[in-house]
This record gives sequence, C-alpha cells and structure tokens, in this order.
Amino acid sequence: MGRKEQLLKDIGIVSFVVTELVLYLDTHPTDRNAMEYFNHYNNIRKQMTKEFSTNYYPLTLDMTECGKDWKWGAAPMPWEGACV
Amino acid sequence: MWNYEKRLEFPVNIKNPNAKLAQVIISQFGGPDGELSASMRYISQRYSMPYREVAGLLTDIGTEELAHMEMVSAIVHQLTRNLSMEEIEKSGFATYYVDHTIGVWPTAAAGIPFNACEFQVKGDPVTDLTEDLAAEQKARSTYENILRLIDDPDVCEPIKFLRMREIVHFQRFGEALRMVQDRLDSRNFYAFNPAFDKCEDCCGN
Repeated sequence: MGRKEQLLKDIGIVSFVVTELVLYLDTHPTDRNAMEYFNHYNNIRKQMTKEFSTNYYPLTLDMTECGKDWKWGAAPMPWEGACV
Repeated sequence: MWNYEKRLEFPVNIKNPNAKLAQVIISQFGGPDGELSASMRYISQRYSMPYREVAGLLTDIGTEELAHMEMVSAIVHQLTRNLSMEEIEKSGFATYYVDHTIGVWPTAAAGIPFNACEFQVKGDPVTDLTEDLAAEQKARSTYENILRLIDDPDVCEPIKFLRMREIVHFQRFGEALRMVQDRLDSRNFYAFNPAFDKCEDCCGN
C-alpha cells in the first residue's frame, strides 16, 4: 500500500471515530471525556485531510488551494474503487 | 447546506462482478428499509422537531445515511460493472438492464420503485422518533438477510459495517426519545403534540 492509499485509509478510520463521537455528543453533550476525545481526533483528522489534499487531491472544496489547475474535478470518484 | 467529501465512509473495493447479488443489495438503496428512505426520513422530520438537540441528531444521522446510500450505490455499481451480455441474461439482470443499462436506480429487490410512502413525517416528535427506531431495526434485519446470501468478503465487510451503524443509530434515537419525553408531562407523554399544540392549551401545563 502506497503512502496515498495508507493516508486515505487512515483518514477513513479517524473520520469514523469523529462521526461516532458526533452522534454520541448529540445525546450526551455534557460528557467531558467524549468532548476531549472529539477534540483530539478532530484535530488529527484536520491534519491528515490537509496533508492528503496538499499532496494528492482536495477531499472537499474547502481544501482546494490556489493554483492554475482545477484539481477538484479531476480527482477520482469514491465509487471507482481506486480509494482504499 | 451540505459539503461533499470525496471518499466513502467505509471502503468498497469489489473485484468480482455479481449481478444476482446486485439485484438483492439494491434494495438497501431504493427499497422500503433502504438508505434513501432513511436519509429522506430523518432530514425531512427535522422541521417539526421542536428540540434543537434532537433536530441536530436527525441532521447528523440523516447526513450519515446519505454516506450509506453512496456506499450501497458503490457496491451495486461495482457488482454490475464489466458484466458480459451472457452474464446479464443468465443472472436475471435483464429486466433491470432493459430500463437502466448498468446505471444505479433506486428500487426494491423485487422491482418496486422507490417512493416517499416508504417513510413518514408525522409532525409529532414521539411518533416520528418511534418510526425512526423501527426503521433502524428493519434495516438491520435486511442487512442480516443480505449477509446470509453472500460469501464474497469484498461485499461482506461493507455490509457488516452498515449493519453495525443501524444498531448505533437505534441507540442514539432511543436516547433522543428519552430527551423528548424528559420535556413532556411524565404522567401522560401524549397529553399534547409539542410540535403543534400551544402549551397553554394543555392540561396540567
């Protein structure tokens, strides 16, 4: 597995942790431990998605950086199976 | 407003096409307990949910259901790409192929097209959340029925993931129902509809 595939796989894992914490916090908004977990994993997710977007292609439009080429449209679609 | 992230919630990489399986799994896209129903149900129910935290949960689960719809669609797409005409005829896929080629269209496994009657927006928080709890269990049962029909690990893994999410959503909706009931009259949760009746009209309030 190359660096790109490994990074996308790790983004999937950390994003899942964040998704799970979002739903948990929706019904347990005063759970401080969960809030700390959320802050921790959400930060890691931000760093990883930024690294991926800088080196390969933007995962969201917010991560599109100034440049000459339109990278968003050329990125593979997730159902192609290219994504890990 | 929504933002799109160009990745699947859980990876789908299927090596071997299987049109028979695709015809069954497509029910979790456009069938009665599928992900399209799920996402539209929760997203539509938000407007008559008077409690902000619960409306927020409906938004977040509804959003995750959109990601599940994309996963199921990706499974169907990967199971039907590169099919030969012979495979299409042999697998019973011809009746779908004639109208949709190998495009992904929301339908139940038995050919009933998706329609909005597969979910309800009653405009009553207790009623709507009770439907949501049932919907998660029905989707879990459907995924279990699918799992009994498959042995390809490329297909099993994402289906198992989707099944687990139904259980988590059921848990969260149970907590949401409790949050709603905590704000109602504990002697009679049905004394009034908090999304419609004005509280001064209600007995005991």
